[in-house]
Amino acid sequence: MITININGQELEAKEGQTILEVARENGIDIPTLCYHENLAPYGACRLCVVEIFKNGRSRIVASCLYPVEEGLKVVTNSPRVINNRKMIMELLLARCSQNRVIKRLASEMGVEQSSFKSEYLENNDCILCGLCVRACEEVVGISAISLVNRGVNREVAPPFFEPSVSCIGCGSCSYVCPTGAIKLVNEEDTRVIQGPNWKTEFKLKKCKVCGNYWAPQTQLEYIRKKLNLPLDFFDTCPNCR
Amino acid sequence: MLQKLKSKQDLENLRKEILVTREKEKGKSLITVCNGTGCHASGCVEVTEAFRQEIANQRLADKVGIKTTGCHGFCERGPIVVIQPGDIFYQWVKVEDVAQIVKETVIQGGVINRLLYADPNSGKNYLHPSEVPFYQRQKRIVFGNNGELDPNNIEDYVALGGYSALARALEMSPEQIIEEIKKSGLRGRGGGGFPTGAKWESCRNAPGKPKYVIANCDEGDPGVYANRSLLEGNPHSVLEGLIICAYAIGSHEGYIYVRNEYPLAVENATIAIKQAEQLGFLGESILGSSFDFAIRINRGGGAFVCGESSALMASLEGKVGEPRAKYIHTAEKGLWDRPSNLNNVETLANVPLIINNGAGWFRAIGTEGSKGTKIFSLVGKVNNTGLVEVPMGMTLREVIYDIGGGIRDGKKFKGVQTGGPSGGVIPESMLDMPVDFDELTKAGSMMGSGGMIVMDEDTCMVDTAKYFLTFLEEESCGKCVPCREGIKRMRQILTDITEGKGEEKDIELLERIGQTLKDSSLCALGTTASNPVLSTIRYFRDEYEAHIKEKRCPAGVCKTLIQYYIIEEKCVGCRLCEKACPTEAITFMGKKKPVALEQSKCIKCGACKDVCKLEAVGVK
Repeated sequence: MITININGQELEAKEGQTILEVARENGIDIPTLCYHENLAPYGACRLCVVEIFKNGRSRIVASCLYPVEEGLKVVTNSPRVINNRKMIMELLLARCSQNRVIKRLASEMGVEQSSFKSEYLENNDCILCGLCVRACEEVVGISAISLVNRGVNREVAPPFFEPSVSCIGCGSCSYVCPTGAIKLVNEEDTRVIQGPNWKTEFKLKKCKVCGNYWAPQTQLEYIRKKLNLPLDFFDTCPNCR
Repeated sequence: MLQKLKSKQDLENLRKEILVTREKEKGKSLITVCNGTGCHASGCVEVTEAFRQEIANQRLADKVGIKTTGCHGFCERGPIVVIQPGDIFYQWVKVEDVAQIVKETVIQGGVINRLLYADPNSGKNYLHPSEVPFYQRQKRIVFGNNGELDPNNIEDYVALGGYSALARALEMSPEQIIEEIKKSGLRGRGGGGFPTGAKWESCRNAPGKPKYVIANCDEGDPGVYANRSLLEGNPHSVLEGLIICAYAIGSHEGYIYVRNEYPLAVENATIAIKQAEQLGFLGESILGSSFDFAIRINRGGGAFVCGESSALMASLEGKVGEPRAKYIHTAEKGLWDRPSNLNNVETLANVPLIINNGAGWFRAIGTEGSKGTKIFSLVGKVNNTGLVEVPMGMTLREVIYDIGGGIRDGKKFKGVQTGGPSGGVIPESMLDMPVDFDELTKAGSMMGSGGMIVMDEDTCMVDTAKYFLTFLEEESCGKCVPCREGIKRMRQILTDITEGKGEEKDIELLERIGQTLKDSSLCALGTTASNPVLSTIRYFRDEYEAHIKEKRCPAGVCKTLIQYYIIEEKCVGCRLCEKACPTEAITFMGKKKPVALEQSKCIKCGACKDVCKLEAVGVK
């Protein structure tokens, strides 16, 4: 056990934990957009920045990545932290000027509008946090989408912007997306997953008993093979089983 | 065929053997042609070939040798040729000059005055390279041998005492080597200036195996080519440093990460590795010791961000070259999550010198906090452009005026950008600042990989900041928000200012974005990206204000804000400008009468001003 100090509070932490984990365990709020507890921390959105004090100097670090150490002093709401977060929010707001999630989060942080000229404001939904890409890789194990191109041209896309052949239609990307940039719709026997620059359709499996369409055939087949289940295992939906 | 050396004595014997053979050839003349990158661009390959032909035609092969060497540094004057005996320094040598040089200098021992270096200010001619002011003020401990040796001939390096530091190091304990490097005060030459000895120590002490050592030659700043010329011109000095580093850290696998745009560096390093393997400086039981080490070359795809250590390592692993947070240092978890030590090639080239001459010798050069020398790419509006190696602590004024020969065409100095796109612009009032890691950082710039771009009065500082931000916008990997979005917004604001659309609040907004980049970015590309903007605001705020408030570009650069006009008293109607104008904006009004310039047709290309011999075209 090690002791760290966040906002004047002495807190116990385990070796290997990050500042963010310790803060959240203790009910201290730090905003994040690219963090998810089931994925490796990535450090892209930088909203979780905090100020740490060490050896008589202070610096700004990403709390989702910074490992705790004995005696570490952290302030999560200093003026410097707030100024940084506000500017990051302004930058995101300029990129996603119409996105409800971003607008709400900005408003909560006291940023009502971006300082940038209106003619330059963009209407993206994707903030390139990479959660979808990482969930697909780390949790699902498919890597059907990735971050392509560099810098300002960066975007999330399947290979060659074509419907991915390896995508199983599980919808994890849509589920994990914090801004609703990846949409998922089930209509009758079809699931449509639509990202900022791609759209893929999947046939849904019909339950032998109730007749409802309940999950993409490709996804069920992927799970069946992975767990070595019998061929007819998914013929009935969980409700009828 | 090169024989594997099995001991320090073997190496010493080989060196003596080479020197004896060379002593016998002493009567022979030697034509040294610089084959560095700069001279390649000005035609050294053709000149070298012409010398070969001429020597063959004159049947002089027994009496005259030709040597192609690495970069001599004085790239402005390339191709550079040095003739022995006599140590005669010829510059701007063309194929047409070759026959005359062979006849008059090589055979007759005379000097061709028109090929000698003439000082641009005094007009004085200089015969020997050592006398040329460009070289005289330098301290070329790392770079000096470049002009002496053929990078593809390991015997040249051995003859100059090469690999003797390795032999000596193998007799020391790794801890002793690290102690020596720590004592020397050597700091990383790639930009950050981290103490090299401390870096080696933490990598040596880090748990986990195997350990990796990497030489960073992913130099990517605009206008900078010092690392390139070092690896091209003296690859063995880098190899020797890397081998000593590996021994000190306890690593058996090393990499040289070099960008693929440096084909000559890749080629010369590949040849050097092969020759070092043949002589037993690489491979198993190096020089008969129990130390094994191998080096592989990894060619980078040319992304600027891959010069950053964690991005470089990701790229080496075959992943996208994107950085990661380094709260756990790469010395502990680097390449493939193993302890890894990354040093710039210039840092490594210093290592054999320190081992051979001792930490005390090295500490005697430089300033309190920065020891040794630094190679700078001195470019821009300066008379003598090229690669210069100076002791740390030399003032900017000495570098620019004494070595660089001052500003071109008698113009006025305005600022010098150091550290490439991650650095800042330093104004005239700070020219007497000693150049070292800490002073440059204090001034809002940085050492970076040693770029020094000199700018004269015709340079617009807002435009300069815009140029660097445009570069960084293209090179940002896009992973973190401040860098990806912040640089783009800063570039947009700067573009607006240069187009007369700037608003008064823009300066403050630029400063706010800049501060967030400094604080919150993921890697050093982002944290330093605002330096060109913040430094120009700091030192040239009036210029920003002139653009914003008066819609005026004082340097006459920003096209939207300037107007060309004919100075009627000076114009004689020679029609040169009329011919040069691509849009027929200039009308001939009759002989000896000034021409007329129609503003609505003018695209502000400046062609008229460039061709006018009477300075009759003005900019306002």
